Amino acid sequence: MLEVSAVTQIFGGVTALENVSFSISKGDITGVIGPNGAGKTTLFNIITGIYKQTAGRVILEGRDITGLPPERLARLAMVRTFQNIELFGAMTVLENVMVGMHTKSTSGLLACALKMPWSISEEKKIRKGAMKWLEFTGISELADHTAGSLPFGKGRLLEIARALAVGPRIILMDEPAAGLNSHETLGLAQLIKQIRDLGITVVLVEHDMELVMDICDRIIVLNLGRKLAEGTPREIQESKEVIAAYLGDDD
Amino acid sequence: MQLDQILQYTLSGLSTGAIYALIGIGFSIIYNATGIINFAQGEFVMLGGLFTLTGLQLLHLPLWASVPFSITATTVIGILFERLAIRPLRQPTPLNLVIITIGCSILIRGLAMLFWGKDTHAIQSFSGDNPIAIGGATILPQHIWILVVTLIIIAINKFYFYHTISGKAMRACSYNRRAAGLVGIDVRRMVLFSFIISSAMGAVAGIIVAPLTMTAYDVGVMLGLKGFCAAIIGGMSSGISTVIGGLILGVLESLGAGLISSGYKDAIAFIILLLILFIRPQGLFGKADSERV
Repeated sequence: MLEVSAVTQIFGGVTALENVSFSISKGDITGVIGPNGAGKTTLFNIITGIYKQTAGRVILEGRDITGLPPERLARLAMVRTFQNIELFGAMTVLENVMVGMHTKSTSGLLACALKMPWSISEEKKIRKGAMKWLEFTGISELADHTAGSLPFGKGRLLEIARALAVGPRIILMDEPAAGLNSHETLGLAQLIKQIRDLGITVVLVEHDMELVMDICDRIIVLNLGRKLAEGTPREIQESKEVIAAYLGDDD
Repeated sequence: MQLDQILQYTLSGLSTGAIYALIGIGFSIIYNATGIINFAQGEFVMLGGLFTLTGLQLLHLPLWASVPFSITATTVIGILFERLAIRPLRQPTPLNLVIITIGCSILIRGLAMLFWGKDTHAIQSFSGDNPIAIGGATILPQHIWILVVTLIIIAINKFYFYHTISGKAMRACSYNRRAAGLVGIDVRRMVLFSFIISSAMGAVAGIIVAPLTMTAYDVGVMLGLKGFCAAIIGGMSSGISTVIGGLILGVLESLGAGLISSGYKDAIAFIILLLILFIRPQGLFGKADSERV
C-alpha cells in the first residue's frame, strides 16, 4: 500500500531522518512511535508532501509520489490529520466536511454559472454525503455550529470526518489522541477501528501507548531519526532495544 | 430646497457607491484567496469600459453583445495577469506582490493608452437619458442600471460562495490554505478563479459606470483607489460590509462635493481611508463579524 524507502531528511546540519524504510500493508492500522524528536512528524510531513526529503522515495500503491503536493495526494486518496487540528474556523461543521468532498465535485466555476440547477442538485448530494460522515464520527448534531466554536475533542472528530469525506484509501493521523481526555480517547480507538473496517488503511503517530498497543496491527519504532524496530504490538513490547530507547539502558 | 438637494446627492452617491462596492469586492476576493492587494484592480474597470467601446465602435456590435464581449476580454486579461505575473513567483513576499501588481497596472494603462489613445470616450446610456423624478430629486436610468446590476452581482457572489462547492472551497482557502490543500483543493487553481471573478466584476463595474462618467485609459487609477477604500472600510470582506463601505463612501463623497465643494470630492475618500486605517484598521465592522471570503 505505502512504501517508504531509504528516506533521509537533513535540516541544515541536523539529520532528522536517516535511511528509514518500511512498508505498510493494506487494511492495517500501523502505529509509528518513538521518543520525542525521533522524527515521527517529519516522516509524516514527508509522506504527505509538506516537506521534500533530502533523499529516498515514497511509493503509494506502486506509484512514486515523492514530492507531490498535498492536493495531488488527496486526489490519489491519501489524506492526513494534524496534531494541532486545522479547520476552516469560520465555516460551519457541515461546510467543513462538504469542502472535503470538493474533489468529487465535477462542477467547476463555469458549470456553477451555467448549469445552476445541476450544481444545486449536486450540492444537495454532497450535503447528504457530508452528513453521513458527521454521523459516522458522531458529531452530526453539531452540523450547524461554526467549526471554530467546537471544543478540541469535537474539532478532532470533525477533522477526521473531513479527511474521510475526501474518500481516502489511506489516512495518516498525527497524534490523534493528543489533547483528548480518556473517555474521548476510548471513543477515538473505536472510531479508528471502524475506519479500518471500511477498508481504509490507517497510519498513526501516537504517544498514548495504551491506545497504540490496543488498536495497532503493526508498530514501527523510530529513535533519533532511525528505524529501531518493527513488528506486532507484542513483539515491540518485548523488544529489548525499544525498552532501552524509552527507559534508558541499564549500563 | 435644501432637503431635495440632500436627497439628490444621496441618490447619486448611492449609485457611485455601488460601483465602489463592486470594485472593492473585486479587491477582497483576490485578497482573501491569495493575500494579494491587487493594485491593478482599477485597470480591469478601465478595460471593461474601453473594451465595450471597441465592441460598439470598432466591431459595430450592438450593446447587448458588446457587454459580454468586454467582460470576456477583460477576464482573459485577468487570466493572463495571474498566469504571467503571479503564478511564476515561487516564494512571493507581500512587497514583491505589491510592486508586481502596481507594475502591471502601469503596463496595462500604458498599453491601453497606445491602443485607445488619450481621449476620453463616451458610451451610450443603456436605456436613454430621460431623468426619472423621485421625490424632489431626479436620477438617470443609468443610475438604476447601476444599482440593479450591483445587487444582482452581489447576490450571485453570495450564492457562489455560500451555496456551491467550488465557492465553499474558495472560502476554505481563505480560512486555512494548508488544510485546504490537504483535503485536495488545488489552491493555485482557486487563485486563478479569484482573478477570473475579480476581473469580470471589475469589467462589469467599468461598463455600467462608463455612460455616466465617460471612460479613458486612466480612469482605473481613481476608481481603483476608491474601490480599495470601500474594501478597507468593509474590512476586506467580500460580503455585505464592503458593499456598505462602498455606499457610505459614495454618499459621503457626493454630499461633500455638493454641500462643501466639488473640489474636495476625491479628498473626502482619502480622508475616510486614512481615518479608517488609523482608527479601525480592521474595518468599520470589525474582523470578528465580517465575513471574509
